[in-house]
Amino acid sequence: MKVTEIGILNSTKPFDLPLTSIKIPCGTGFPSPADDYIEERLDLNKLLIEHPAATFYARVEGDSMIDAGIYHDDIMIIDKAKEAKHQNVVVAWINGEFTVKTYYIDPRLGKVFLVPRNDKYLPQEVTPEMDFTIWGVVTYNIHKL
Amino acid sequence: MKKFALVDCNNFYVSCERAFNPSLNDKPVIVLSNNDGCAIARSEEAKRYIGMGAPIFKHMDIVKEHNIHLYSSNYTLYADMSHRVKEVLSQFSPNIESYSIDESFLSLSGLKNIDLNQFGIEMREKVLQWTGIPTSVGIGPTKTLAKIANKLAKKNKMCQGVLDITNHPRINDFLASVEVDDVWGVGWQYSKLLKRNGIRTALDLRDINETWIRKKMTVKGLRTVLELRGISCIELEETVQDKKQIVNSRSFGKDLDKYQDVSEAIASYASRAAEKLRKQQSICGHISVWIQTNGFKDTPQYSNSVSCRLPEPTSYTPLLVKYALHLLKKIYKSGYKYKKAGVMLMDLVPAGNTQFNLFTKIDHSRNEKLMEAFDKINSSWGSQTIRSAASGFTRPWAMKRSKISRRYTTEWNEIIMV
Repeated sequence: MKVTEIGILNSTKPFDLPLTSIKIPCGTGFPSPADDYIEERLDLNKLLIEHPAATFYARVEGDSMIDAGIYHDDIMIIDKAKEAKHQNVVVAWINGEFTVKTYYIDPRLGKVFLVPRNDKYLPQEVTPEMDFTIWGVVTYNIHKL
Repeated sequence: MKKFALVDCNNFYVSCERAFNPSLNDKPVIVLSNNDGCAIARSEEAKRYIGMGAPIFKHMDIVKEHNIHLYSSNYTLYADMSHRVKEVLSQFSPNIESYSIDESFLSLSGLKNIDLNQFGIEMREKVLQWTGIPTSVGIGPTKTLAKIANKLAKKNKMCQGVLDITNHPRINDFLASVEVDDVWGVGWQYSKLLKRNGIRTALDLRDINETWIRKKMTVKGLRTVLELRGISCIELEETVQDKKQIVNSRSFGKDLDKYQDVSEAIASYASRAAEKLRKQQSICGHISVWIQTNGFKDTPQYSNSVSCRLPEPTSYTPLLVKYALHLLKKIYKSGYKYKKAGVMLMDLVPAGNTQFNLFTKIDHSRNEKLMEAFDKINSSWGSQTIRSAASGFTRPWAMKRSKISRRYTTEWNEIIMV
């Protein structure tokens, strides 16, 4: 039963610092001239995750978002801390299932749409009687080349 | 004046399931204990059908009739979600006591000239948005009053999940509505004594005679009374003390009557206990093992336990597994069907704080490095990636969790599908 904060990207211990290997006991030899230049290794968690406590992952099923660069079997990074804005890609719960679409607010019509990014599919209007919530905002998509 | 908030996750285990499966919203949902035995969490909708702790197999007709959704407990998920909730709360106060998996006390004493009710609402909304977990927030000048405020906030729809009881004009009405057994710190025995003496509500207890309470319920009881009067006597406990013992004990998924199967379970429990031990950077000097048959069945009954002192304190998995199995051999009797077993590590001391035996030939630094690598691999590749061969492969003893949800936050293969 392992518990990390967010998936197994190992965010609690985000990097293996090379620091231990350059510890020099007092009084023996000189400190390494590289000491002042040691920096943390690049860490994808820091780059991709703004709110660790609110970040979740989802695997993509289907092809409705391919024009947004989101393909079947990709892994999306979802930040629930973000407020969904017009034209954000969002994971929404609609009529009993999760879906990923572009969130589209039309202030003139006073309507909200979920817009696919694939010409094969049509936008869907969100109406008040629907069972609808925005689950989170997609911030990044991980696609294997 | 001091100020405390108690933030409590509503029906926490059910809320965790709903966070990843919104189709469960507004439906009756029940989470079951290990081995799918009893109801340990119920959604509001399920509460009127099934009692807390009720053995579910006795109520399957009700479950079917009302279409109650059953889930096995998914502690991996709950622990991670609990951690997330606490992380969000830590943005609101630097001083937090993690009181249980679903409750946290926050010190708000540093906040001046702030509408605490509004503060509570913001806290609640942020936790809900970030994690999907609904909470109730109770605020008061003492921890005991914050707990009462929390209970009322949860019960009373008008509060919308938040109640600041500090200097509230209706405080007497509030306290009168809380039964004395529901006051934090009043145990079952004391509540009987209090009721016998006509003290039925939190209000009665607050206005009690101090000498009487000290005589009947010691200084602890007096502390509760003072807390009800708004005088803070119980501080926030921010540092989690190292555990003094580590227990790993579970019921098997089915009754076991082969030595091999029981020994695998014991090896696995010992191994897990050793991991916990290293996690808190301790070593142990004493180990105990016990086994028992199923007391609810009409079969021959046997239970026994045995313990031994280790030649020198250790946290080395292979050694602890070896000792655990050695102990099991001493108490195991064939011809019984075993239901439960456990391993307890005692006499814990911080690692690196001990005198090693001059006469054992254990290479400590080598063992330490090996265990470090072991824990690292299991933490990055998944628990049980490396394990002791003694803990077996088929694992007939493994817990029954037939209705478990996915580990949405800790396993790549189990994240939600969109």
